[in-house]
Amino acid sequence: MEFKEKFIEKILLLIAFSSISILALIAFFIFGEGLPLIWKIGPKAFLFGERWVPSQGSFGILPMIVGSFWVTFGALLLGIPLGLACAIFLCEWTPPWAGMILRSAIQVLAGIPSVIYGFWGLVVLVPLVRNYLGGPGLSILSGSLILSIMILPTIISISEDSLKALPPSYKAGALALGATHWETIWRVLVPAARSGIVASIILGMGRALGETMAMIMILGNAVKMPSSFLDSARTLTTNIGIEMGYATGDHRQALFATGVILFLIIMFLNALAIVLSRRRVG
Amino acid sequence: MSAIPSSPLKAEVKKLNFYYNLVQALNDVNLPIAEKRITALIGPSGCGKTTYLRCFNRMHDLYPGNRYEGEIILYPDQLNIISPKVDPIEVRMRISMVFQKPNPFPKTVFENVAYGLRVRGEARRNLLEEKVEKALKQAALWEEVKDRIHDLAFNLSGGQQQRLCIARALATNPEILLFDEPTSALDPTATSKIEELIMQLKKEVTIIIVTHNMQQAARVSDYTAFMYLGEIIEFDKTDKVFTHPSIRLTEEYITGRFG
Ligand SMILES: Nc1ncnc2c1ncn2[C@@H]1O[C@H](COP(=O)(O)OP(=O)(O)OP(=O)(O)O)[C@@H](O)[C@H]1O
Ligand SMILES: [Mg+2]
Repeated sequence: MEFKEKFIEKILLLIAFSSISILALIAFFIFGEGLPLIWKIGPKAFLFGERWVPSQGSFGILPMIVGSFWVTFGALLLGIPLGLACAIFLCEWTPPWAGMILRSAIQVLAGIPSVIYGFWGLVVLVPLVRNYLGGPGLSILSGSLILSIMILPTIISISEDSLKALPPSYKAGALALGATHWETIWRVLVPAARSGIVASIILGMGRALGETMAMIMILGNAVKMPSSFLDSARTLTTNIGIEMGYATGDHRQALFATGVILFLIIMFLNALAIVLSRRRVG
Repeated sequence: MSAIPSSPLKAEVKKLNFYYNLVQALNDVNLPIAEKRITALIGPSGCGKTTYLRCFNRMHDLYPGNRYEGEIILYPDQLNIISPKVDPIEVRMRISMVFQKPNPFPKTVFENVAYGLRVRGEARRNLLEEKVEKALKQAALWEEVKDRIHDLAFNLSGGQQQRLCIARALATNPEILLFDEPTSALDPTATSKIEELIMQLKKEVTIIIVTHNMQQAARVSDYTAFMYLGEIIEFDKTDKVFTHPSIRLTEEYITGRFG
């Protein structure tokens, strides 16, 4: 018996460690391929260089970093209020039957492959933006709009879960003091579910930063510093996605180096999500 | 079931029926509530005490299908608080409730007490501070928490949390304070503190308390209503109910022969 317990414990430990070691392996591989190039041209030239012309050996990824942040920021600007509103609506106002329909619609949204989002954006959104707002249409704005829809399921489902997990006594307590339904939601329930909501936003952000296929189709992929939401842009992920197929030598390494930066940003966001969702403030 | 209190009335329940959808939980109940006195509701589990109490601040409105019939008249303005024409928010502004289990919000001690004031639009910091301190003093909690007023309320003990909930309810100067078994989740020391507090509070506010604990009802209340199966079987001055109940069922219940 004793032996069996120990054995199971060891096996579980091994499995837990194997998942960590896969992460370590990926990191090791990407860093191994990418770091030498960053070293070679200098971290400053790599991170803050504005020219990306692989044929001439210039590998500056600042336009891609800026592009990634613009697109993600735009997606969050739309996705957070919309997602939070949906989550609140779902758990506070929706009658059960409508909730069922809405939830399965959101499930479907989560299951649509990103090429389809890209396709739809290309056919519907891009012409709309071009015709009504100007510019090439293949733009940060179009990308942000699509991404805001793609991150909705993440934001909605995690926020809704954290709101649902609150003890009903919070709501009863607030209402008993004469608060309206909305005051109860806004001043008690949302702050109480804050950690889960923040986590949902950061996970959504990670999803937005990581999205590749739809962005390749919609952003226009121009390698230049964007100066407005109507400009074309390229993100860190699309840079890799577009060029990996034919890159060799330094060029190939530079793409891995782009991956290193992406990896670091995502790790940072995850750490932030963990810290923020643990902290509780009144 | 007569015994009109000698002191002025704060509220009067007249022919109240209450239905959870089709299930009738209160059956034609009447009850006078004396101003600045403590009225206790006792009775075996499931007899409708909580249901009755929740009518007073319209907590049943949260669920569709619940239905009131009859009147609960609030004095002095003779407002029928269960009339569909009366806004439940207005009722809850005047009649506050303390629950069975302490339920502070996941906020600081200060923000817990300030909540009701903020909901009423009060944002002036000095006024909030003043009122929060006053409420905490009323709830006999100030001395224990004055140095950690900005700590999370969950760090307080169970008894302190319950007194915090009482302070939270008191901060907005309610006319009636409802207690639903406020000490059933607490140890004896914390319980006696809360009982003392409740007796203090009747100088300022009318109190209705539901309790399972007969000694508690006997100790703190001025009037007692004994309920059974959704009806009020006997209502009288507390010492009368506990020493010379006029109805057999009441006597059997308070002597512990059922319940
Ligand atoms: N939400 C509800 N829907 C339907 N019936 C209910 C609901 N809440 C309570 N009841 C029923 O109404 C009756 C009175 O319940 P109530 O909770 O008021 O009793 P109580 O006297 O407070 O009991 P206890 O001492 O156990 O708290 C019970 O028969 C109960 O089953
Ligand atoms: Mg009860």
